[in-house]
Amino acid sequence: MKTETMTVPNSYLRDFTGTDTGSDNPGPAWLSSLRQRAAARFAEVGFPTRRDEEWRFTNVSPIAETPFTLATKTQSELSAEGLSRFTYQDLAGTQMVFVNGHFASELSSESFPDGVTVKTLAAAMADDSPLVEKHLGKSAKFETESFVALNTAALEDGAFVHIAAGAIVTAPIHLLFVSTADSGPTVSHPRTLIIVEENSQVTLIESYAGPAGQVYFTNAVTEVVVSENAVVDHYKVQRESEKAYHIATMQVALAQSANFSSHSIGLGGLLIRNDVNAYLGGEGIECTLNGVYLGKDKQVFDNHTSIDHAMPHCNSHEIYKGILNDYSRGVFNGKIFVREDAQKTDAKQTNQTLLLSPYAQIDTKPQLEIFADDVKCTHGATIGQLNAEALFYLQARGIKKDDARALLTYAFASDIVSRIKVDAIRSQLDRVLLAERALEGIAG
Amino acid sequence: MPLLEITDLHARVAEKEILKGISLTVNPGEVHAIMGPNGSGKSTLAGVLSGRDAYEVTSGEVLFDGQDLLELEPEERAQLGVFLAFQYPVEIPGVNNTYFLRAALNSIRKYRGEEEMSAPAFLKLVREKMNVLHIDQSLLNRPVNEGFSGGEKKRNEIFQMAVLDPKLAILDETDSGLDIDALKTVAEGVNALRSPERAIIVVTHYQRLLNYIVPDFVHVLSGGRIVKSGGKELALELEAQGYGWLESGSTSELVAA
Repeated sequence: MKTETMTVPNSYLRDFTGTDTGSDNPGPAWLSSLRQRAAARFAEVGFPTRRDEEWRFTNVSPIAETPFTLATKTQSELSAEGLSRFTYQDLAGTQMVFVNGHFASELSSESFPDGVTVKTLAAAMADDSPLVEKHLGKSAKFETESFVALNTAALEDGAFVHIAAGAIVTAPIHLLFVSTADSGPTVSHPRTLIIVEENSQVTLIESYAGPAGQVYFTNAVTEVVVSENAVVDHYKVQRESEKAYHIATMQVALAQSANFSSHSIGLGGLLIRNDVNAYLGGEGIECTLNGVYLGKDKQVFDNHTSIDHAMPHCNSHEIYKGILNDYSRGVFNGKIFVREDAQKTDAKQTNQTLLLSPYAQIDTKPQLEIFADDVKCTHGATIGQLNAEALFYLQARGIKKDDARALLTYAFASDIVSRIKVDAIRSQLDRVLLAERALEGIAG
Repeated sequence: MPLLEITDLHARVAEKEILKGISLTVNPGEVHAIMGPNGSGKSTLAGVLSGRDAYEVTSGEVLFDGQDLLELEPEERAQLGVFLAFQYPVEIPGVNNTYFLRAALNSIRKYRGEEEMSAPAFLKLVREKMNVLHIDQSLLNRPVNEGFSGGEKKRNEIFQMAVLDPKLAILDETDSGLDIDALKTVAEGVNALRSPERAIIVVTHYQRLLNYIVPDFVHVLSGGRIVKSGGKELALELEAQGYGWLESGSTSELVAA
C-alpha cells in the first residue's frame, strides 16, 4: 500500500490537463474523457516512490525533478540521414517513425502489405473510432499504474497497427520512436495499439532510440491484442541515449490458441523500467517472454513481468538475462499467476544475471501465485560471474583474455540470442555482445 | 638449445609452498613422464607452466625456446606453442566446439605471422585429425565439452592438440578415469603426434598410461621436488614397489646429499 506520494511538478499537470498541448484536434469525446480521468488519477497518485512495493529498488525522483517539456513538431525535425543511425540497414519490411512522439510521415513507409493497416492513432480514431475505443486503454490500466496514467493523460496520437484475419505478414513491421533534445530535456509518451486478428501472423519491432548524450524521458505504453490462433513475434529494442529515462509498459491480451513471443532487448538508457504483462485469457496459448539487457556505468535496468494464466492448458516460458558491468544495477520481478481455472498450466521462469564487475548488482524476485492444483510451475534465479576456469581454458588455447571474456559473455546470452528470428536484430546483438570483436559464428 | 629449461622453480598457492626447487630440461623430440603421489606438486607444475594465476612463482626460472615463459600471459604461451591438456576439461555452453578451435588456431597462426585458415581448409584439417582420435563428427557441432563423457572430453583435448600443433604438450593426468579402450585411443593419438620437433610432458599418477606412451625419461616428484629421474624402467620400478618405497628411498638420498 502506498503511504506517500511524490509531489508532482506543475509542469507535468499543466502539460496534460490543459488545452495547451499543441493539439488542434481533440479527437473523439471518449478520448477526452479517458484523458481527463487519467490526468486526474495521475494528479492524485503522482510518481511512485520506493515505499511502493513495485518500485522498491528503483528511484524515479530524477524523472520528477527534471524539467522535461513536450517537444513541438518543429523541434522534432529529423532527416533521413539522421534517422539512418537508428534503423537497420539490412532489415526488409516496413517502418513507421515517430520523432518526439510526432509522426514523421516522410520517414515512414508509404504502403504496407495486404492485410496490414499501419497509421497514426489519431487517423485510426478518425476512421474507426469504435474499434479503437474498444481496445485503447482497456488492458493498460491508468487506475493502477502512475506512468500509464501519465501516458494516457497525454494521449493524442501514437501508432496503430491492425493485422487482418488470416493475413500472414512475413516481413517485420518496425515502429521506431526517436527522441531528440537539442534544446533542453524533452518528454514523449509513445502510445501503441496493436490489434492482431484471428489466424494471422506478424513480426513486430518496437525500437526506442535517441542521440548520445541527450537528456530526455520516454514514457511508452503499448497494448497488444492477439486474437484466436494468431501468432505474434514481438521485439523491443531499447537503444536510448545513455542519459535518457525510459519507462514502458507493454500489456498483452491473448485469446485461445494464440502464440505470442516477446524479446526485450535493453542496450541503452540511464534509468530503464520495463513492465511486460501478459494475460492468457483462452485455452491452448503459448506465451514466451524473453529479455536480455546489458548494463554499464551507472545504468539501472528494472524489468517487471507478469504472466496471468486464467485458462487451462496454456504454456508460458520466460528467460530474462542481465549482463551488468561497472556500477550498473538490475532489478527483476517476475510474477506468474495461475488462476483456479487454469489447470494443466505449464509455466517456466528463469532469471540469470552475469555480474562483470564487483560493483554491479541485481535484485531478483520471482513471485508465483498458484490457485490451481494440477499445474507445473518452475522458477529459478542464478547470479554469477564469468567462469574463471572457462576463461583460463580459452586463454590456454591461445585466445586473448579480452576476446575470451567477450566470448563467454556472448555464450551467457546465447540461448536468448539464438531465439531471435530477425537476422538484423540478432547480428546487432552479436556485435554488441562481442564488443565489436570479429568473432562470428560462435553460437554453440 | 633445450625447448624447456626449468631451473630451481619454487611456487606457492596462497601461503603454501608447493614446488620447492624443480629443475628439468626437456629437448625437442623427447617424452618426459612426471609421476608422483597426490599432493606431490604434479598439477601445480603443469599449472605454472601454462600460466594459471592461482600459483605464485617465488623463485626460479622457466625458459621456453630461450624465452622467459613466466612473464607471459596464458594465451601468449599457447601462441608460442605450449599446450596444456586439462585434467578436467571445461564445459563452455554456448560456444561451438568448431568455432572455438578455429578461433584458437587462427589466434596462434596470427601470432606466428601466418595467414588465418579459411573455413574449408580448417574443416579438412579437422576431419583428418578427427579420424585419428575417433572423434565423432557430432561432437564438433556441440558446445565445447558440454555433455561430453569423460572419455570424449579427454579425446577432445588430444584432438585439440593435434589441430593446434604445439611444440610442447603437457598432458595433465589425461589418463585419469579412462577405461582401457579410451586410454589406448588417447595414447594412440598422442603417439601419432610424437615427432623430432615436439616435446611431450606426461603428468600421471599411474604407470598404466606409460605402457602405451613410452617415455624417454621418467621423473618422480615428491614433496615439491624431483626425487628421482631415470629411463622408462623407473616407471615399472615404481609400479612394482609403490610410492611408499620411493619416499623412504628419497629421504635417505636427501640425507645422503
